[in-house]
Amino acid sequence: MVAADSEGPKDPGIRMFRRERSIPLQGSAAALCNNLSVLQLPARNLTLFGVVHGPSAQVLSAAPDGVPLAQRQLHVKEGAGVSAPHITQVHWCVLPFRVLLVLTSHRGIQMYESDGSIMVYWHALDSGDAPSVQAVFARGIAASGHFICVGTWSGRVLVFDIPAKGPNIVLSEELAGHQTPITDIATEPAQGQDGVADMVTADDSGSLCVWRSGPEFTLLTRIPGFGVPCSSVQLWQGIVAAGYGNGQVHLYEATTGTLNIQINAHARAICALNLAPEVGKLLSAAEDTFVHIWKLSRSPQNGCIEVEHCHSECVSDTQVCGAQFCDPSGSSFAVTGYDLTEILRFGSV
Amino acid sequence: MSVRTLPLLFLNLGGEMLYILDQRLRAQNIPGDKARKDEWTEVDRKRVLNDIIMTMFNRKFMEELFKPQELYSKKALRTIYDRLAHASIMRLNQASMDKLYDLMTMAFKYQVLLCPRPKDVLLVTFNHLDAIKGFIQDSPTILHQVDETFRQLTEVYGAISAGEFQLIRQTLLLFFQDLHIRVSIFLKDRVQNSNGRFVLPVSGPVPWGTEVPGLIRMFNSKGEEVKKIEFKHGGNYVTAHKEGSFELYGDRVLKLGTNMYSVSRPVETHMSGASKNLASRTQESIAPNPLAKEELNFLARLMGGMEIKKPSGPEPGFRLNLFTTDEEEEHAALSRPEELSYEVINIQATQDQQQNEELARIMGELQITEQPRQSTTKGDDLLAMMDEL
Repeated sequence: MVAADSEGPKDPGIRMFRRERSIPLQGSAAALCNNLSVLQLPARNLTLFGVVHGPSAQVLSAAPDGVPLAQRQLHVKEGAGVSAPHITQVHWCVLPFRVLLVLTSHRGIQMYESDGSIMVYWHALDSGDAPSVQAVFARGIAASGHFICVGTWSGRVLVFDIPAKGPNIVLSEELAGHQTPITDIATEPAQGQDGVADMVTADDSGSLCVWRSGPEFTLLTRIPGFGVPCSSVQLWQGIVAAGYGNGQVHLYEATTGTLNIQINAHARAICALNLAPEVGKLLSAAEDTFVHIWKLSRSPQNGCIEVEHCHSECVSDTQVCGAQFCDPSGSSFAVTGYDLTEILRFGSV
Repeated sequence: MSVRTLPLLFLNLGGEMLYILDQRLRAQNIPGDKARKDEWTEVDRKRVLNDIIMTMFNRKFMEELFKPQELYSKKALRTIYDRLAHASIMRLNQASMDKLYDLMTMAFKYQVLLCPRPKDVLLVTFNHLDAIKGFIQDSPTILHQVDETFRQLTEVYGAISAGEFQLIRQTLLLFFQDLHIRVSIFLKDRVQNSNGRFVLPVSGPVPWGTEVPGLIRMFNSKGEEVKKIEFKHGGNYVTAHKEGSFELYGDRVLKLGTNMYSVSRPVETHMSGASKNLASRTQESIAPNPLAKEELNFLARLMGGMEIKKPSGPEPGFRLNLFTTDEEEEHAALSRPEELSYEVINIQATQDQQQNEELARIMGELQITEQPRQSTTKGDDLLAMMDEL
């Protein structure tokens, strides 16, 4: 595949990234949002990648230069009926004492040891009073302190208390803040407070809720939607970054819910946002085949949120469905696309 | 995945099927007074389309279709189109039916992929319905049936949120995942690359409700805009000037779903290199299993609602060939890659014969009676006149 950069109208500035070796996938990526999870393991000179194919998901490890090392396929635990239930998301949760791999589907929530080898927990979704026209699924995964939070079709967010080791995982709380299916969840350590995290949850109507973790989670702020799904959300230094189905990225003040910045970033629905927290770089990817990189900051004068566009990458003829930075300084990122049987990698020049 | 996807899938694939059959029948058209007994005429063409459309929009069938349900396998869905295509005097061999289904699925895959908004798949559906109404202008009863379906679509999908349309879109794309059959009309028009993947343009109008990329707006704590910055997006987009109409009649604006076939542009599909990744194929296409019980029940329900007029009396079925020659059709049947085989449904292999008696009876009607070539294959003499593909 020709390096995407060389095609199409391009930014005449300095080219910051180039295509690097792709990682082959056993199954193509499904057209879901947030369909790439990356676990960076610099101490072991490894990066782990997770991609959803449909009824299965693939987790694989690769060396720094992109050479694939090991791979594993995961499936939904129980499959009955017409067709295999589909996976909605796969995501690594980094907790204080362990890393778990979480898989959400139309059946429930599965949690594995970080390499996907052993399933340590299974939670079946309760379709309860869902009307027959309603699709039942779990979607949206994030680690919040020693909790793992998972969203559901009803808008409820399930909070699981994770022990330092072992399978004794307990559903400790169900958060009610949304009325439409959850799309994505993001967290970051609360500023100036140990062991506490802030969390933002997003849903299909575009509404956002900002929470503080604890034995009981507290709702801090509610940001109303405008009828367009918020497909992906990130949290950095009290800034909520939200990507919407109309191609816009909004930056809000997490404490007040005030909209500070509105970016007409993409021409199609945004499918993924990601952060490189060390430097405040934000990555946005959408179905319009583009990946953009932005620099977030706060004005030294008044603390207002500021943003600068750094780079745009056109992944030709690819409906991007997932994108993640591969290192905390944001000098490399990976991309998945619908129907693509490889993970595309980009590195700084 | 979404349980409201099937009506959209069925109607759009059905619409594409009608476009292709119409083009093919027109290509073999002979003026009525000059036609021999075994040649297609304008009257035959209209009759075939009428019969198929009438069957498609049958009220009982539509009722079943609109019930909330998961999408079934490509194999199961293909069975329904087999039946539909044979709802008239027309007959298709396996290879022609395969080619027809390939063209239908790739066309709709293209339309779904290129829909600017997830909701626009409804406009694509309306484009198909508008064209279908054009085919049956002289039949008020069938017209009424189509309008009735229109009303049902509006009722069901008019109230659906953008988020749910996104799920429907994802469900459709899941159905079409890994299909990369190359279609000559797409290759020539440069909407498909030689590797079978569709071209996604980065220019043109943005979806309705989306702004042209390239602007950053900054607000203060009171919500007042304080600054505007532009950035280079990389694409070449313009504002959408009009939203397509979701009314019974109206300008849909979107061209996806309109008839792209014309008599002078015969359509070919290319099998080679279509699917490189055997390992990624889902089980359904490799294992020669009988359909899952649920799928058989689904088919029985759905096809039970289809009222097929059996060709009565001495009139035999007329065979339509989607290829240029019979030899080509035969060759296509033999050389079709394993992973793209749709597997003819073998009812005898089902365990629960009694339960599926109804289905077995219906399937029995589907059997293509092989006609002796010289007396019934229409258009044989025309083949020499048709354009080389």
